[in-house]
Amino acid sequence: MAATVKLSALPVGASAVVRDIQKTDSSSVRLREMGLLVGTELTLVRCAPLGDPLEIKMRGYHLTLRKSEASLVTVEPKEP
Amino acid sequence: MIPTAARPPGVAKAPVYAIVGNPNCGKSTLFNALTGLKQKVGNYPGVTVEKKTGTLYSQHGQPITIIDLPGAYSLAARSPDEAVTRDVLLGRREDTAQPDRVLCIVDATNLERNLYLVHQVLDLGRPVILILNMMDLAAQAGISIRVARLSQMLGIPVIPCEAVNGKGIIELKLAISRHDLPLSRHAWDIPAPIAPAVAELQASLVSNGGKAPLIARAEALLLLTDQDSVRVAGSAPLDAKTQEILRSWQSRWEAQGVDWAGTLVSSRYEAIGRLASEVAQSAKPSAQTLSDRIDAVVIHPLWGWVVLALVMTLLFFSIFKFAQAPMDWIGDGNAALAGWIRGLMPDGDLRNLLTDGVIGGVGTIVTFLPQILILFFFIGLLESTGYMARAAFIMDRLMGHVGLNGKSFIPLLSSYACAIPGIMATRTIEDPKDRLVTILVAPLMSCSARLPVYLLMIAALFPGPTYPIAAKVGIMVLMYALGTIGAFGFAWLFKRTLLRGKPPLMIMELPPYRLPRIKDVLLQMTERAGLFLKNAGTVILAISIVLWLLAAYPKSPAGATATEQLAHSFAGRAGHLLEPVIKPIGFDWHIGIGLISSFAAREVFVSTMGVVFSAESGGEDTTSLRHALNAARWPDGRVLFTPLVCITLMVFYVFAMQCMSTIAVVRRETNSWRWPLFQTAYMTGAAWIICFIVYQSGTALGF
Repeated sequence: MAATVKLSALPVGASAVVRDIQKTDSSSVRLREMGLLVGTELTLVRCAPLGDPLEIKMRGYHLTLRKSEASLVTVEPKEP
Repeated sequence: MIPTAARPPGVAKAPVYAIVGNPNCGKSTLFNALTGLKQKVGNYPGVTVEKKTGTLYSQHGQPITIIDLPGAYSLAARSPDEAVTRDVLLGRREDTAQPDRVLCIVDATNLERNLYLVHQVLDLGRPVILILNMMDLAAQAGISIRVARLSQMLGIPVIPCEAVNGKGIIELKLAISRHDLPLSRHAWDIPAPIAPAVAELQASLVSNGGKAPLIARAEALLLLTDQDSVRVAGSAPLDAKTQEILRSWQSRWEAQGVDWAGTLVSSRYEAIGRLASEVAQSAKPSAQTLSDRIDAVVIHPLWGWVVLALVMTLLFFSIFKFAQAPMDWIGDGNAALAGWIRGLMPDGDLRNLLTDGVIGGVGTIVTFLPQILILFFFIGLLESTGYMARAAFIMDRLMGHVGLNGKSFIPLLSSYACAIPGIMATRTIEDPKDRLVTILVAPLMSCSARLPVYLLMIAALFPGPTYPIAAKVGIMVLMYALGTIGAFGFAWLFKRTLLRGKPPLMIMELPPYRLPRIKDVLLQMTERAGLFLKNAGTVILAISIVLWLLAAYPKSPAGATATEQLAHSFAGRAGHLLEPVIKPIGFDWHIGIGLISSFAAREVFVSTMGVVFSAESGGEDTTSLRHALNAARWPDGRVLFTPLVCITLMVFYVFAMQCMSTIAVVRRETNSWRWPLFQTAYMTGAAWIICFIVYQSGTALGF
């Protein structure tokens, strides 16, 4: 298995595949319900002008999440 | 499965439909297209979620009721909106009958995520019609959907549609008119470690909760995804036995390290993935869309701020530019109406009650209606184009400093014009505590009704043209800044003490930009303004009459002037009574009367001062009033309106809660008198304390 990083540490513009989502009380279930699952491909589109939150693209739509939420998600970057 | 399960036995009338879908999938447009103007808008009792029902005529001319449920991503609810959708579909609400059939609308450009909610709805065992909206946009994006195959796989009618252009509406009406809608034959396997728990919960819900088997199964599945078993008002609480079963399974799984909720969500998405890969094909790999190109500017680290500033400037410019003329007409209309009544009725208390109390009080509020309408229009426009989500995205970090999230930004900003639309716009904030904090601090943003007071005080502060304009502008900016700092300070305080909660999530969809449908935006604007007038109207009328009584009674001897009458009245006496309280902040009883009358609306202070100091009021021109203020003295001959008192008075108006319409709206939006009373107390208390500090330290420093 290739090297993994936290979604919050993924560089802007990079694509990655979700490998793990840490379970918490609130945000992890909603992230999954929005379609962010182990195996989902995503692209980090940008950070907000002030650095947080992040915008990702997956399953053909755009989703925002805070860095604190993104740090629960482990991803495997795809080779560019 | 028996298709007749669609209609409860003994009910012969036409089935009731509910429209369900994700936010931003065109649900409102479809609802408007189906029902035209035959809509009823209200509130679900106990929660401030809009309840919309409409009537559609079937092919055979039979009226069919359609309930437009709030947009939801999942039935495992996160917000009051989603909770209403869940509870209505599960038949948990006593005020709304469980819909017999469900219209599921999905955005065809984003099939997988939209089908998640549909998948949950299919579990309910009601006949479902699936509407694939935005087929044109999907085609543009290179997505082709095999509609017939999807219909075959799910076993339900699937209607492709473009609600914006009215395409597919006839086909949909035909499907709705059908008597024999089939139940879905889609089946998915509940993952093995969870299946026994679902069966056990289902059995318990049937025997202890009295639920129908299919509803019980859907409830059981939701209980396992829904982390928060707190039920919103109007929902029946979970029975104790089922709760116990749920808890024992959860602790067993926790010990074994089974992520039950995650497993359930994943297995649903797996089933959806199999469906989607069979029916949908994406021709081109996702290229840069128009939305992506717009976002490259709109959320740009530099241009993003420029765009935000432009949009906000445009908003405030239109409010001040376009609201003035209709506000003047309404003012003139009120005056004409009062004059007409004066000509019609003999002089007396009843006449004065009508002209001064009812028309004067309610008229003041109605005068603000143009502003409120423009704000509602803009908020609707920002929502329907998709810019609202971008503004929240940009501002989230800043709002995060005080514990709120980006969604509080637009409501707070709107409150600079008027707190009423701002407070009503907090409905988009999902977390109830965040929403409440936003409501509590919104009236601290200096609204336009404070402007006349600021202007009058600045005029009294700098009499004559010799003073530099920069000083006047500087004072004005200072007042706006003070209100803003106050709002953020109190938000920070409330989030840490009274309404401590989890840090708000910012898991939010950035929907593609869409051209707004002006018709829909206008419809929404009138509905919201109507709701405001209906809900706040009675409170406003009652307080107007009380304020009038206070100023009109007891009667002075005949021949008294207006000034003498006011001084003699309850309001005048209240001003005197108030004097010991407000003397430490430099105000006398004259100002006390002004503070009391401001309760109708802050700008009333100006006209009350005119009566109190018997100055000729000349509409816009306050020169004579300014002279009267500058000439006012304490009984011992000291000047009343010293520069320090002018400043203190402005500071008082920044913080104090003196707006009955806001109180009425907060009562409505929070569903109790507790919060508006708390808000009035904390704001007015803070105003007094801050004014005390300002005035006493100013006096000590020799001002």
